Order: sequence, then C-alpha cells, then structure tokens
Amino acid sequence: MGGLDDLYQDLILDHYRRKRGEGSLDSPTVAVDQNNPLCGDEIHLELNIVDGVVTEIAHTGEGCSISQASMSMMSEALVGKSLDEALEVVEHFRMVMHGSEQGDEDRLGDAIALEGVAKYPVRVKCALLGWMAAKDAIQTYRREGEEVA
Amino acid sequence: MSTAAAPIDVTALRADFPILSRTVHGAPLVYLDSAATSQKPVAVLDAMDAYYRETNANVHRGVYELAAEATARYEGGRDAVARMVGAPRESVVLTKNASEAINLVAWAWGIRTLKAGDEILVTEMEHHSNIVPWQIVAGITGAVVRFVPVTPGGELDMDAFAALLTERTRMVGVVHVSNVLGTINPVAEITRMAHAVGALVLVDGSQSVPHMPVDVPSIGCDFFAFTGHKMLGPTGIGVLVGRREVLESMEPFLGGGEMISNVTQQGSTWADLPWKFEAGTPPIAEAIGLGAAADYLTAVGLDAVRAHEVELTAHMLDALAQVDGITIFGPRDAAVRGGAVSFSLPDLHPHDIAQLIDQEGVCVRAGHHCAKPLMRVLGVGATARASTYLYNSAEEIDVFVRALGNARLALK
Repeated sequence: MGGLDDLYQDLILDHYRRKRGEGSLDSPTVAVDQNNPLCGDEIHLELNIVDGVVTEIAHTGEGCSISQASMSMMSEALVGKSLDEALEVVEHFRMVMHGSEQGDEDRLGDAIALEGVAKYPVRVKCALLGWMAAKDAIQTYRREGEEVA
Repeated sequence: MSTAAAPIDVTALRADFPILSRTVHGAPLVYLDSAATSQKPVAVLDAMDAYYRETNANVHRGVYELAAEATARYEGGRDAVARMVGAPRESVVLTKNASEAINLVAWAWGIRTLKAGDEILVTEMEHHSNIVPWQIVAGITGAVVRFVPVTPGGELDMDAFAALLTERTRMVGVVHVSNVLGTINPVAEITRMAHAVGALVLVDGSQSVPHMPVDVPSIGCDFFAFTGHKMLGPTGIGVLVGRREVLESMEPFLGGGEMISNVTQQGSTWADLPWKFEAGTPPIAEAIGLGAAADYLTAVGLDAVRAHEVELTAHMLDALAQVDGITIFGPRDAAVRGGAVSFSLPDLHPHDIAQLIDQEGVCVRAGHHCAKPLMRVLGVGATARASTYLYNSAEEIDVFVRALGNARLALK
C-alpha cells in the first residue's frame, strides 16, 4: 500500500477489527445519531453519565475503517472523563485532525495513531464522526438538564 | 444524428486526452469516474484557450469585430449542442449545470404554476438534482412529491408508475440513465403515459447524452437537462432543452442583462428564446468548449461510443462477478444499461476501497453518489462506483479489479 502507512497502520486496523465499545447500553443517559453527509455513514452513540462523569460509551452503525477505528479509540479515551474534560479532549482531537495542534498521547490514548489522517483532508471527516457525536451527546445532555431544571 | 461510425481505436483516441498520460502515486492513471466528470480532449482545451487569446469580448453587445467573433463562437457552441441532440437552437438554453437547468424549470414553471394538492412524480433513482428542487417547490406551493419505486433488479416499477399517475400529477421528473445503477429508463414511454394525464415531463439526461445517441424531440418530453462537464466539456455550463411552446409560455427564471427586450421604469419585456432564460453575461468560453466537445463526440460517433462502452461494461460486469462476496447493483446485461457500475463488498467500506486502489492509480467514486433515497432503497449507506467512457480500455478494468483484490488483502 506504499504511501498509506499513516492511514492503515496496525493500531488503527486493530481497533477497526476489534471495535471497543461496540454495542448498546441498557438505559443510556443520552443517545445521539450522527451521519457523514460525504459518504452516507450513520452512527448511533450512547453515553452513561454519572455525577458529571462519562462512565460508559457504546456505539453501533456503519463506517469505513478510519471512522470505525476512531470511534473505538474515542470510546476508550473519553470514559472516566468529566464532561468538561471530555469536551476538551474532543476539541484537542479536532485541532489535531485539522493540523493545528500536536497530538497529546496522554489525552488521546490510542487515538494518537490517527494523527496522520490530517494529511488526508477527505478522511478527516471520517475520523471526526464519532468525536463530533460525543460532543453532540454531551451538549444534548446539558441542554436537556437545563430544560428539566 | 450520428451515423454508423468506425469502432473506437482506444490507443489512438487516448492521445487526444493529455491527462491520461500522467501517473498517480507512480502508477499509470486509470480513470474510472467519468460518471462524476469526464476528462477533456485537446480540441476542447484549445477552443477555450483560443477564445481568450484571440477573440475575448462580451457577446451580443459590441458592434466591433472582436465582439462579433465572440458572439459567433458562443452561438456556434449552442448550435453544435443543438445538432448533437436533434433540437432546434431556440429551444436550447445554456445554464450553469444540469442542476441549474432543473431549478430553472422548478422556479420559472413549478412555483408559478403548481397549487396545493398537485403532485410531482419523481423516481427513487433520481440524483438529488431532480429531487431537491421539487421539494423546494412543494414547500412553497403545497404540491406533493411522490416517488416511483425501483424494483430489486434496479429498474423502474412501471406498474407502480402507472398507478401513481393521476389527473393530480402535473410534473414527472425522471433520470434517463441512472448514475448509480446504470439503468436506462424508457423515457419515451414514460412521456407518453404522463402526457396522457396532462402532466409535463422533465428528463435528466446527464448520464445519457455523453454516452449514447440521444434525439430529444423523439422522446417527446417537455424539458431535457444535461451538463457539459460529463460530456468532455468544461465545468460551469449546462443545457436545458425545452419544448418551444412550453418555454414560450413561461416567465423568466433570473432577471438581468441579456434577457430583456425592453426595460422602462414601469416594467420590462423579455428577449426571444433562448435568451429570455440567459440573464447576465453567459459562460462564453465554457459554451465554446461545450460546442467543441459536442463536435468531438459527433465526429467519433455516439453509436461508436455506445458500442465501445457496452463492450467495456460487459467486461467490467464479468470481471466483478468473479470477486468473492461482491454485490453488484443494477441491471446485469450490458446491452440494456449504461457504464456506471456500483458495487459493495461485505468486508471493505467504499471509502477504504477508493483510498486503497488510488495507491495503484485507479480512480473510482465512493459514497452515496448524490442519490441518498436510492441508497436507502438498496439498503446501503454508500457504494463504490466504477464508470467508463470512450477513452477507457479493457486492460484498465483488469488493473482495477486486481487492485480491488489487493485492497481486500491489505485490510484483511
């Protein structure tokens, strides 16, 4: 595959083949759907949130190797984070994808392996799909909280 | 109309297309995405270049020689296109692209004519360009958009179409050749059926005009839209062929320069056809390029183009059928379909297919092909699509299918 080593490295393919967090939660705190208008991929993301901390993440849906691997990595990276921390990590990942920040492995975990995707603008949207869904889920949760309060 | 022409000599013909000799990632370019846009022959590039170098001036205005030459070349482009599709020149309106041609009808006819409860019938295999304008019209007028279903074999369900056609149907929008399935629809028959209930018909010919002989008057439809860049011409130019009586009965789409007969403080009157629908300085170089493309295709012969593509498509369908686990969408008989072949693999997402085989120089499209309602019917989010044109060879298809096998191994 020559020049595609950045895109299809072992760690990414490992997450693609053995997706972390694939499946559904019994009664998720918040659930959102996200689609990639570019390729028609549609994903469903569920979060459990306890005392302002993301405790569980599950996802279903279809996507290419990059979007599925990224979703799997996101599931690992955000579990255990407070909502503010999680949003901060999502933003950091977004900046890394746009080539504006150097990836920080402490925050991104395995998702650091996706840093090279920034060189493929068309695939950046694939990599961001799950992360944008997570951001959407947290914002939806907070909005709904305000409405109840 | 084209007469029987000599078969295409691909090796010789490829020399007319400079881009085909380049490499991608060190491999020879294998361009299999002509359904998205075609490559351009030297004749088109030269015609556009010559306009800017030799006769650049605005059209239909200046009395000086340069302006007269520019106008002659611009109108000559229209004539070439008109000849190619058998239409009178005054019914050939030049637009920005096929989408704008359809929007012209939606706004200048649909919004002024349709009422609540009227029905617009389109098909499940339409490109978004023949769906979304009608949804906008429906939103403004209260008309309803209905969809003619597609059979599991990838053809229009003509019984369902007959059942959906009623006296409420005012417009039928149908694609001539599907950009996803390759299906060639019976547009003349559809037109006869629609006219019998008093509906108008708009045919989207974006995937037919470039690839096969098309005589618009013999279809009998009221509107026929297509685009320049898929038929060897430049981007930025499309065509709306309209039936003269219908075009004459319509008000303009866009107002501005060029499209008027007289303008006073009290109001304006419109120019004759086709200029009534061409507001503002038109895409002059693009029209000239389109004319050169039409002349090029006519010289090669649309019969020869079609025969060549039937052969290539048969080869493509045979080669892909050997791929383990593949799903091929659309008709399987090359003789009754166009050259766009969509497929999916159970273990490889279309994006990954397109990215991996790009490394071997092969360009195919991955995605929903601007036909999301059809993707839903097919039960997929996206497909990969390989599409051929007159400059492709059977060897290129073999390179593509081999690359597909390599891609599969890479992500196994």
